[in-house]
Amino acid sequence: MKLKFGIKEVVALGIGTALFVVLTTVQIPFFIVPNTALQPRMAVLAFISAVFGPIVGGVAGLLGHALGDAFFYGWVFPEVVVGAAIGAFANKFAVTEGGFADKKKIILFNIVQIVANAIAWIVVAPVLDILIYAEPANKVFAQGAFAFVGNIVIIGILGTILLVAYSKISGKSSDLKVEE
Amino acid sequence: MARMISYEKKDTPIHKLSGFTKLVFFILWCMTSALTFDTRILILMLFMGGTIYAISGTKWNQVSGVFKAIMLFMAINLVCIFFFSPFEGCKIYGTRTDIVYLFGKYYLTREQLFYEFNVLIKYFTVIPSVFIFLTTTDPSELASSLNGVGVPYTIAYSLEIALRYIPDIQDEFHRIKNAQEARGIEMSSKGNLFSRIKNTASIIFPLLFSSMERIEVVSNAMELRGFGKKKSRTWYSRRKLTPGDFAVLAFIIIFFCISMIFTYYDGSRFYNPFI
Repeated sequence: MKLKFGIKEVVALGIGTALFVVLTTVQIPFFIVPNTALQPRMAVLAFISAVFGPIVGGVAGLLGHALGDAFFYGWVFPEVVVGAAIGAFANKFAVTEGGFADKKKIILFNIVQIVANAIAWIVVAPVLDILIYAEPANKVFAQGAFAFVGNIVIIGILGTILLVAYSKISGKSSDLKVEE
Repeated sequence: MARMISYEKKDTPIHKLSGFTKLVFFILWCMTSALTFDTRILILMLFMGGTIYAISGTKWNQVSGVFKAIMLFMAINLVCIFFFSPFEGCKIYGTRTDIVYLFGKYYLTREQLFYEFNVLIKYFTVIPSVFIFLTTTDPSELASSLNGVGVPYTIAYSLEIALRYIPDIQDEFHRIKNAQEARGIEMSSKGNLFSRIKNTASIIFPLLFSSMERIEVVSNAMELRGFGKKKSRTWYSRRKLTPGDFAVLAFIIIFFCISMIFTYYDGSRFYNPFI
């Protein structure tokens, strides 16, 4: 696991959080139930986590949500789960080294994100809503299920594309090569 | 698009408080609101929140965009609660007083109305506190005062970077969006789901990659200036806690404890006017 917290991680955490907050306003409505629009910011969070590791991913999710919409605190923690879980595999993904472009990594990334989202949106978020707002159980689980589907779709499509593209760019060596 | 809520320098008693005091106040305030369902405490908090909002001198146009978005969300949320569970209030309060029959299995009951009213004012107690916190807290000062109470300065600095770069990244976001729209990429709600994801990607790609570059540049600059070499650092904007800060801290801690005792002394977090 990437547990280093150096200068780069400090800055990545700050700017990652800022990105997450700014992208809060970008939502693709998907179904009318609140809190379940497709959120491109989740793809960005997945990206940041996969590149910089669990601490940056988890804390960026927490701070980003807290600053972006501090109004629904029950929904802060799912993001922490998603960010930290994807970040835990950051070393395996080797995004900045250009290793993400092969199929195995993409499949691993998507398995991790689906499991993380399942825990986050089908368990953590609804339970917190029931505890804090005493909202009807069937409503919050329905909401959670929609959020789960929405997030795996957006991270699966947008997150994967972003990671592959970035991995291709940053991994490219600019050194001269001996012609064979 | 509405501009994000951001810090604005003013000369009010709230602005003079230390960032740490405001953060503790904000967290305890939200916890009180989250834990209690006692209508009397919530209404008291509503009045207090309104008063503090007035003192803080926050202008309506600073927050109106965000406020309207929340209102819309809340309206949908309350309707959803009703449609998913029209008798949630009856379950909570243990009685049932029908007002009017609607259709199917849906009756409008007083308990349900009261329960949804509680959910509504619960949100309303939190909203002004978020607005006040964001508009009156100077990011640099918050970071320095967090470090002052023992938070590692690397974390404090991350928070400061986040708050510092939100407006910059927002400007960049708008620039990219305008540029893509000028190239004819449709951003409105037309088009199917997949094409909308694709169009959103056309903004997020350049934004994310320029942010990665920004991370590189900023972290190199910080490294050149020797960031993180020593165990502690000094802060330009550090302020000592004043008697006013201590008074506010004492007040919110006492308020939190009393609300908790008041809410839970009868064993239930709900205030029940129906018995």
